Amino acid sequence: MKKQNKVAGLQRRKAISGYLFIAPFIIGFLAFMVKPLFQSLYMSFCTVEVSPAGINNIYTGLSNYVRAFTVDTEFNRLLVEEISRMCINSLAIMVFSFFVALILNQKFKGRALVRAIFFLPVILSSGVILGVEHDNALLASVQSMVEETTNTTSITSAIENILMTSGIGVSAFETVFEIVDGIYDVAIASGIQIIIFLSGLQTIPTNMYEAASIEGCTAWESLWKITFPMISSLFLVNWIYTIVDFCMRSDNEVLEKISEQMIAHINYGFASAMSWIYFVIVIAIIGVSSFIISKGVYYYD
Amino acid sequence: MTKQKKILEGQPGFWERNRKSGGYLLKKRILDIAYKIIRVLLLFGMCFLILQPILMKISISFMAEEDLYNAMVISIPEHFTTDNYKLAAQFMDYGKTLFNTIVVSLSIALLQITVCTLAGYGFARFDFPLKKFWFACVIMVIIIPPQTISTSLHLHFRYFDVFGLSQLIRGDTINLRGSVLPYYLMSAGCMGLKNGLYIFMIRQFFRNIPKELEEAAYVDGCGTLKTFISIMLPDAKPILTSCFLFSFVWQWTDSFYSKMFLGNIKLLSTQLAVIADRMDAWMVNTMKVSGGASVGYTNCIVSTGTLMVIIPLLILYLFAQKGFVESLSSSGIKM
Repeated sequence: MKKQNKVAGLQRRKAISGYLFIAPFIIGFLAFMVKPLFQSLYMSFCTVEVSPAGINNIYTGLSNYVRAFTVDTEFNRLLVEEISRMCINSLAIMVFSFFVALILNQKFKGRALVRAIFFLPVILSSGVILGVEHDNALLASVQSMVEETTNTTSITSAIENILMTSGIGVSAFETVFEIVDGIYDVAIASGIQIIIFLSGLQTIPTNMYEAASIEGCTAWESLWKITFPMISSLFLVNWIYTIVDFCMRSDNEVLEKISEQMIAHINYGFASAMSWIYFVIVIAIIGVSSFIISKGVYYYD
Repeated sequence: MTKQKKILEGQPGFWERNRKSGGYLLKKRILDIAYKIIRVLLLFGMCFLILQPILMKISISFMAEEDLYNAMVISIPEHFTTDNYKLAAQFMDYGKTLFNTIVVSLSIALLQITVCTLAGYGFARFDFPLKKFWFACVIMVIIIPPQTISTSLHLHFRYFDVFGLSQLIRGDTINLRGSVLPYYLMSAGCMGLKNGLYIFMIRQFFRNIPKELEEAAYVDGCGTLKTFISIMLPDAKPILTSCFLFSFVWQWTDSFYSKMFLGNIKLLSTQLAVIADRMDAWMVNTMKVSGGASVGYTNCIVSTGTLMVIIPLLILYLFAQKGFVESLSSSGIKM
């Protein structure tokens, strides 16, 4: 009986020290996440007046949301554009990073150098640098205009023209061309994803491939039958990471509009309403897509 | 002669083996070589794709203004100059800004990783009620974009108050906008930039340490805290360095939190954004060029500035590349 008490005491002590360890997180979460989250949710239903004395929230119901969808001229367009760009780019990033991880996992001369170059975007694609690159698009457009007037045709545009004239699936081709033209964006956004895939590929035991090739499996077949199932759980991780990462990019136009409304127009209520709309849509996309992906995930053990 | 060679090698030549295998060997060899060539081309192309903007920036940063409009000059400057660097440094107040950035990034990264390590360890090695709920909260922190709560955080720190204490004493709320304190407070509460991700990664690492190690320490009379410091932490060095480097680098280039909370301190990330405006003003006021700087020259100075922001990071990356990558791949991220 006494012994049992001791065990219970030990467990309780461990529980207390566990709580002590995560205490900073709990405090921070309550103070800087939960409270602002509810506050911004409440503010989205209000007209917020800021004065030196304090904040004055006047409840106005759904008017901010109505304004975002029906009155504001840009918001719908920006939202649709950003979301579709996010879906297409995320898919491209997944395919690209998986492909690169497969290549980087093989043995060849200078592999360390190539790996170092491919992980460089982890540093270079973050924060303000991306925004600066985005601004340079102005100059790039001037440049492309110059190119057009001087009649220099590139190979890619010639191929694009040939494919477009075939007339089958024009819109699908256009999407593909967009990705091909934006391959730099895709490459620069897939640093972490490549690392995650690579770490998964390295945990697959090589004797599986040996056994498969003795049984007469080609490399193509073992890619689908061994590699894919073994790292399928990482697809889920990468997919969520990619979407979340995309939401926080500094060249995201919806976010630009939100922060402009907040800082330049001091319209806190409207800005909160827009950010909640964006947030709910993104969460819905993450939820639905990860539910679908998790159906296909295979756990080895 | 051929006979000797055969004996020397102890096996038949390539062509003979090829004949015996019915052409299979030759086909395989050709496919192998073709694959290698394609791979080299592909990798070279993609590496070039990633490096090209940096190389371009480097070459542009050494060009004088007339080179920018000279169609003959593409990548090697005709009038080699370092004036661009001097100008960019002047606009960004480089020396002071660099110092500020280093201090802020280092202190924030250290603070964040310390707190995240504590939380990650707590989640990995202890059982306590509501653990699943709190961990779900960590996942939520990863997923919620900070922009969602930025509006109310803005006001939260404008009229900052701890349980109405300051209202009681000073009769007023404290305005913390424009001071560094809010961001340090948030970092101490694991709510900084991508902190949920660090907690997740560190927890993943600590979970893989065998339980026997911990039990042995307890049996030998180690307390909880001592076990953590002298047994678990030394083991976790690689993942902690990795997280620290990420935190440092992302803090360095971060614009969102810097703009919101650290506006009054000159940081590289915030200074870079205003370089173009400064350039314009400088051209009008000092050089007496009406109409401001030309698009091309502004762009040149901005790329020089970008280069100056990332050069310290590139140097860091050169030396600590293993720390970035190897430890992350050894930790085995899984869901």
